[in-house]
Amino acid sequence: MIVATLVPLQATILALVGIGATVLILTRDPLRMTIVSGVYGWLLTLLFFVLSAPDVALSMLVVSCVGYPVILLVAVTRSRNK
Amino acid sequence: MSVFPYVVAAWICVVGIYGIVTSTNLIHLALCLTVTQSSTYVLLLTIGYVNGGGPPIFKGVKLGTTAVDPVVQSLVLTDIVVSVTVLALILALALNVQKKVGSMDPDEIPELRG
Amino acid sequence: MSRRARILVFLPALAVFGALLVWAVVGLPDFGHYVGPYGYLLNHVALPERHMTNVVTAVVFDYRGFDTMGEEFILLGAVTGVALLLRSQERDEEVREGVGSDTVRVVGIVLAGAALLVGLWLIAFGFVTPGGGFQGGVIVAGAIFCVFLCADFSAWRGVASQTVLDPLEGLGAAGYVVIGLAALISGYPFLTNELLGPGVPGTLHSGGTGPFINWCVAFAVSAGVLILFSEFLEEYIVPIAAGGGK
Repeated sequence: MIVATLVPLQATILALVGIGATVLILTRDPLRMTIVSGVYGWLLTLLFFVLSAPDVALSMLVVSCVGYPVILLVAVTRSRNK
Repeated sequence: MSVFPYVVAAWICVVGIYGIVTSTNLIHLALCLTVTQSSTYVLLLTIGYVNGGGPPIFKGVKLGTTAVDPVVQSLVLTDIVVSVTVLALILALALNVQKKVGSMDPDEIPELRG
Repeated sequence: MSRRARILVFLPALAVFGALLVWAVVGLPDFGHYVGPYGYLLNHVALPERHMTNVVTAVVFDYRGFDTMGEEFILLGAVTGVALLLRSQERDEEVREGVGSDTVRVVGIVLAGAALLVGLWLIAFGFVTPGGGFQGGVIVAGAIFCVFLCADFSAWRGVASQTVLDPLEGLGAAGYVVIGLAALISGYPFLTNELLGPGVPGTLHSGGTGPFINWCVAFAVSAGVLILFSEFLEEYIVPIAAGGGK
């Protein structure tokens, strides 16, 4: 049901999201960015779940695990083979 | 302590813009753009949060229990799905640029030299 | 100017922008003390008025239906742009590289079937529990993409053919406008949800014309995402597989 003391959990996940964004932009190799962006999307899903937004969490989960990796992998593979 | 979520959203936006400007690869640039987009999602959802509020779904839950704001969630929800298609468009443009110029470095595109 | 000079000029500007952002953000109400009246009003009014138990989907497809139409047209425009950029004329190359392992094939078939069912359930029950056309549409597209991952390329081409996906995408976008025009013809403003009754809350029969709009959006999103996947795959995997590169 509704939990009233979510504050330490929310603060931890917010800090992790901030660190995840920093790590993502510091990664330079596009192939590694594919994996790191999947982890970042998962962290964002956790954040949206903890903020009581199940629709948004569903949407972010599906997009970051199905949509982004496919398109990124194909783009990276083709850009390497030229 | 209560402005910490908003400061995290501002930090993600600044970090994304830094990544865009100092990028050496067009694919890396497109992903930093999505990081900047995600900062707006975090900001919107943390504005709409109510202390001790559950999700705005009322099946099996009595009408009148505390729930968070549904309007900002609807804005973020459609935006996330549409951002996939826009990322695909940007990557298609980047691959066409590579076909013409021969490299993925934004500094080596001759028309952009200023 | 050189790259180093550009970055040296950029960093102070970024610091000023960051300071302005933090100054703006500190003036907001504290985290958890939401002050807007619209959110409270919608939470109390959506169930008795519209008989929809999922208030977020009610906002997306009913109270703010016009904005969702705009978003759907952004999707249509982006998919059209990708198709214009990447679609080439020669499509008769036969690529015969299949997945050899039987375990992958079996797991893939089971996964594709289960994911398709979950996606369809999410779309259908969008007005009752968390879900809706956008999330379910991407899941359905992902389930059909499993066919490519666990079988060979000709199977994928058979499942996601151009002649099926292109009309489906247009049907999704046009259906939305037609439902809005149906309300207009009956004498109400564009996209009013008054034609069918509100229905019974908590069941599939709730929300008036909402579920029809929901399915139109689901078609448009899943067909659009599948077109994206197939354009990228056709343009960039077929030459690699046919040429034998790595």
